[in-house]
Amino acid sequence: MVVAAPVETSAKTYDCREAYSRTLEEMAAQDKRVCAVVNDSVSSTKLKKFKELFPDRFVNVGIAEQNMVGVGAGLANGGMVPYVCGASCFLTARAMEQVKVDLGYSKWNVKLCGMSSGMAYGQLGATHHSIEDMAWTRIIPNLTVIVPADPLETEQVMRYSLRHDGPMFLRISRVPVPEVHDRGYQFTLGRAALMNDGDDVTIITNGILVARALQAAKLLEQRGIFARVLNMSSIKPLDYDAIIKAAKETRGIVTVEEALTAGGLGGAVAEVLALHHPAPMRMLGLPDVFAPTGSAEFLLDHFHLNADGMVNAALDLLGENK
Amino acid sequence: MAESSLKHLQQAANLTRIRAMSMTHHSQLGHTGGDLSSADVLTCLYLGGILAVDPARPHWEQRDRFIMSKGHCSGAFYATLAARGFFPVEQLKTFMDPLSMLNGHPDRNKLPGVEANTGPLGHGAPIAVGAALAAKMRGEHWRVFVLTGDGELQEGSNWEAAMTAHHYKLDNLTVIVDRNRIQQGDFTENTIQMDPLAPKWSSFGFAVREVDGHNHEELMQVFQSLPLEPGKPTCIIANTVKGKGVSFAENKPAWHHGVPTREQLFMAAEELGVEVPW
Repeated sequence: MVVAAPVETSAKTYDCREAYSRTLEEMAAQDKRVCAVVNDSVSSTKLKKFKELFPDRFVNVGIAEQNMVGVGAGLANGGMVPYVCGASCFLTARAMEQVKVDLGYSKWNVKLCGMSSGMAYGQLGATHHSIEDMAWTRIIPNLTVIVPADPLETEQVMRYSLRHDGPMFLRISRVPVPEVHDRGYQFTLGRAALMNDGDDVTIITNGILVARALQAAKLLEQRGIFARVLNMSSIKPLDYDAIIKAAKETRGIVTVEEALTAGGLGGAVAEVLALHHPAPMRMLGLPDVFAPTGSAEFLLDHFHLNADGMVNAALDLLGENK
Repeated sequence: MAESSLKHLQQAANLTRIRAMSMTHHSQLGHTGGDLSSADVLTCLYLGGILAVDPARPHWEQRDRFIMSKGHCSGAFYATLAARGFFPVEQLKTFMDPLSMLNGHPDRNKLPGVEANTGPLGHGAPIAVGAALAAKMRGEHWRVFVLTGDGELQEGSNWEAAMTAHHYKLDNLTVIVDRNRIQQGDFTENTIQMDPLAPKWSSFGFAVREVDGHNHEELMQVFQSLPLEPGKPTCIIANTVKGKGVSFAENKPAWHHGVPTREQLFMAAEELGVEVPW
């Protein structure tokens, strides 16, 4: 487990896409194998500058996601390291068989960047939400799945992805987040980051919800309840040790995700616990429903994916929610 | 092309045919019709000296890439790769055996010479486009060939890939269509009309040539004159007969995945002028 000192979460917020695109530009400047593939989504993937800087390593296949992923596999065949970037809802759902066969099964060195994941496109409705992507991608063998929490982690995950030989899915949101990791943080594949230590209850989350989990931990502390908060940015490989340790050392686990709980982070943690150390759990996320229309903030609150929701889930788990 | 070379290619193609049929007989699974229709195209590419590949170095960076998009015709594909020396011909006997490297559909991580894992249709063309783009990006001169079925072209991903190939002027890319006019359940034209096929490809920006996909001289000529037009991807529509060379299988939808009996294997060998290999 990586220990990371959390910083105040009331500070300035950032769109992680900026860190992703800036890092991609820097990597492309240093490594001629780096190229980008998009499905018309030049601006929503923040790759306008990449296109200007590296026009010969920028491929826009148009609105054609199956082709986009296949082209990525072919570029990898030709020795390039393609970053295939598009809205997560289309990139995963529309091209699922290509993700399975051309990437997972074939093990091509392709990096999928699923942008604006979860309910980031809140008002656009369920067609544009990507609440299934975590479950879909994590069940594909050989596919590594990462959900970074803030700009620093996004940058580190991008840099790691270039060193990693194999297909990856990076789930990158557009919902503004504060910095939750300090400058000394180092992302490690398959390792959860300990964001706040505690022995009463564990909150496991990732992505844009880490900051909210830290707020929840503060509220719990005011009640004399000490919550351990784990940033499980690495969905696959999953940090079994940190989950089992949390199950042993605290009285239960609350998982929190901007996705369907079935098959997602909640499902993944439940699988580990069921097999290795059964423990009380609560799962926050979307139950078996499509989300209604509303801003991302509204929808996060609507599904209790906020500090209050996490506090209530923790209290309920501890039997203290009267 | 010299008469003796053509005779040699014909012999090689028929050997591929009977080997593929023996494999299918052995495993009691396979796709005889398409194996037989694609055998001549595969033979010319691999054994006629068209593809710059090196069996001793299957991952040689500068190699030409051949992507078998119609991955279900693995019988003919594997027999061709073995004949080219990527692995021993003996290994063909393990076709679809438990834990065999010779999957029902090709697996690049198991078998040398396989560029892409295929089987589900419509995957090869986008991958081929990506590999051709990589050559352009890197300033390299390798070429990319992809063999698709005709029924396979019902998958929309092929046309997405075609638009990209045209837009990026991929004249290092050749799409070959095994136009045998039969898909799994019926004739293509009874299922979803594909004709007129050549104008479809030319309207998508390809330089198109229709050839007799069983005439080695014609195939070699067109393969030796690539690209047909500078700045344009090429589409070769190889008009073929499903089940070609084996009278009881020719042009019969049932032989899409028909499995020959031992007796039929010997009948086929006689018609093809070759021995049953095992």
